[in-house]
Amino acid sequence: MSKKITINPITRLEGHGKIEIFLDDDGKVEDAFWQVVELRGFERFCVGRPAEEMTRIAPNICGVCPSAHHMAATKALDALYGVDPTPTARLIRQLEYNAFVIEDHYIHFFFLAAPDFVVGPDAPPAARNILGLIDKVGTETGLKVIEVRKRNREIIKYIFGKAPHPEGGLPGGVPRRITEDARKWIKETADFTVAFARFALQLFKDTVLGNKKYLEMVQSESYKLKTYYMGLVDENKKVTFYDGRVRVTDPQGGEFALFDPQDYIEHIGEWVEPWTYVKLTHLRKIGWKGLSAGDETSLYRVGPLARLNVAEGMSTPLAQKEYEEMFDTLGGRPAHNTLAMNWARLICALQAAEHNQLIADDPSLTSRDIRNMDLRLRREGVGCVEAPRGTLFHHYKTDRNGILTMVNLIVATQHNAAPICLSVKQAAQEFVRGADVKEGLLNRVEMAFRAYDPCLACATHALPGTFPFAVHIRDKNGRILNRLARREITA
Amino acid sequence: MAEKSKIAVCWLASCAGCDEAIVDLNEGVLQVAEAVDVVFWPVALDFKYSHLESLGDQELALGVLHGSVRNSEQEEVAKLMRKKSKVILAFGSCACFGGTPGLANFRSKEDIFEWVYRDAPTVVNPDGRFPQTKTRVNENVLTLPEFYDHVYTLEQVIDVDYYLPGCPPPPDLVRNAINAVISGDLPPKGSTLAQRTALCDTCPRNKTKPERIEITAVRRIHEVEADPETCFLAQGIICMGFATRGGCGETCIGVNTPCRGCFGPVPGVDDAGAKALSALSCLVKAGQYGEPRKLMESIDDPAGYVYRFSQPSSILGRKRRERHV
Repeated sequence: MSKKITINPITRLEGHGKIEIFLDDDGKVEDAFWQVVELRGFERFCVGRPAEEMTRIAPNICGVCPSAHHMAATKALDALYGVDPTPTARLIRQLEYNAFVIEDHYIHFFFLAAPDFVVGPDAPPAARNILGLIDKVGTETGLKVIEVRKRNREIIKYIFGKAPHPEGGLPGGVPRRITEDARKWIKETADFTVAFARFALQLFKDTVLGNKKYLEMVQSESYKLKTYYMGLVDENKKVTFYDGRVRVTDPQGGEFALFDPQDYIEHIGEWVEPWTYVKLTHLRKIGWKGLSAGDETSLYRVGPLARLNVAEGMSTPLAQKEYEEMFDTLGGRPAHNTLAMNWARLICALQAAEHNQLIADDPSLTSRDIRNMDLRLRREGVGCVEAPRGTLFHHYKTDRNGILTMVNLIVATQHNAAPICLSVKQAAQEFVRGADVKEGLLNRVEMAFRAYDPCLACATHALPGTFPFAVHIRDKNGRILNRLARREITA
Repeated sequence: MAEKSKIAVCWLASCAGCDEAIVDLNEGVLQVAEAVDVVFWPVALDFKYSHLESLGDQELALGVLHGSVRNSEQEEVAKLMRKKSKVILAFGSCACFGGTPGLANFRSKEDIFEWVYRDAPTVVNPDGRFPQTKTRVNENVLTLPEFYDHVYTLEQVIDVDYYLPGCPPPPDLVRNAINAVISGDLPPKGSTLAQRTALCDTCPRNKTKPERIEITAVRRIHEVEADPETCFLAQGIICMGFATRGGCGETCIGVNTPCRGCFGPVPGVDDAGAKALSALSCLVKAGQYGEPRKLMESIDDPAGYVYRFSQPSSILGRKRRERHV
């Protein structure tokens, strides 16, 4: 008799979703699905609104990565109005964007992912969180985590007003200049952040790589998935966040495509499955090959590990060293180890911090030339950034008054949605045997999606994201045999 | 030692920015964790719905809900939180008024589905399939919650005790609200935990606001180099500050960006958008016959400005609401 396990709500992620695990007659995992249960319709309800309002509306897609949507919208407006930001405006945007990458990567690592490693995957759920983590690493370290987030969000607030939901991105510029006084504390924050980034990497190496059990998990086949990868690269094919070309590499690491973001439609297809609200992206030139990984797949992954996999290196020296060490440990590039996303995330944060040190020293940062007003409406524009969770595309068309007639968005968690299904299934096959599953083992299934840092609010910009996780075990007729909705967790 | 008060934080149709707003208390989060027992918070804690269900009725001193209500699951969770909480706080603009996702009420569900799953340029959907509440994959049945054709505010679904507006609510108001609940020093039920006056009252540009604003031409923010000290309306740039409750800290204004109304209407106003539009029409220059009308018509997408955060709480679309709630 086939049984089903449902995990609802899934936790320590952004948004609503659930996992369904189907067992065969012997209690082995036959199939598993990661479902996104929501949709909001931003692409549709923005039509008819003035294009410049997108920098005010699009951030509301996601409260965790609003800066990514704000910047993609701002850059889409640049393209729409055929205008380049002034050099100073570009620097200010990069400064803000790096600060955002840093605080976003750390909230994921310390608040969402690290409790599984630092507190432990089998720790009681009541302890497996940021407070449990602070108990374990000490209040002093805990306060440092809070401080690095706070100080980088101060940069975001200074430039764009608010940290959740930045405001004021304009075609060709930024709303506010940076003073010499501000430069001082920005520089201090960048220095502090580089030191913190090195500390965070050391903590990861000590607690995860230094622990044989965890290292084996990171390297194990049950957390490996062979796919293509996608990410932005700069002119030297190094990792970049604010701007660049899109590079796609194949499962062996060879270059499959290198294209300008405006050509995204030729390369990316969105497949519709009736059992989830998120559309499943794949490489359009290969065509939809179904939910399967390996050499024949058309699926690709995005995010921190994908960025490192597609790039020839990092653009800053300390991050470059870490990049080399990571691939040495994992046996070369590309690395297909899903849990190594957590490692790559810390290396990306280090690059962003080093880059902000350089920006803070740039003489032109404080120039008053922050807007290029030479706007010429072209009625179509694509804006693309490397969001913390992966490559993000905003594509707008307007009428002759700059009123939106078409909005199309491709967001990071969408690129990863099909691979997340596969990673969840893989982990379920490894850890689940029969309906009577221990909570810690189910948590290992959750760890498979958590590494991606999925954001269901983003993925379902078409519907808003809430992503709960509970597990039901059902028989073939759908009757619930066992509920593992973290009921045992009350301890 | 007396047992600590229990609180729960839960998202409905939300972007999680309200969760970030709580984390933005920074060190204050640790103090809150000292003072109360947070027993449910999906973004940060591994407790599932079953844990929430296992609590006694009104066992929670405070239930914080953010996000609007768009599907049956969210409605059920909101009702569960109501049952378990002595006090329910509608946290953020979406819970209070519907928020920006409420703009979807200007579109039908079919319109949204057709674009998202059929017409968008990147869609590859040869069989023309749409998401279904029930799908059979091989032998197995997968289900999805049914989406309502309408976005609802929290008070349209459950009884709400207090309101904390903002997109997201600023840290000082979040701190005050939590402290008020912990200390039991609460205003009358139904209160909004923010100032009662309009944003203009506290706006740093108020001193440059002319005695009588007279809009002669409407300008869009990207077309002009807005003066960073002069009242936006005096510059012909649409700013919702005159019709919006203050308390946000003027963060948008501070980066030379006009208000869009995330704090909702001032006390006593039922329909934020209608009131704002009527007030705005009084600010345009009278001039010759037909001129004010022409000026008002030059505002592209007025509904998108005046109902940016409040469509679901407006009198628009109330007919549909009856179907579900």
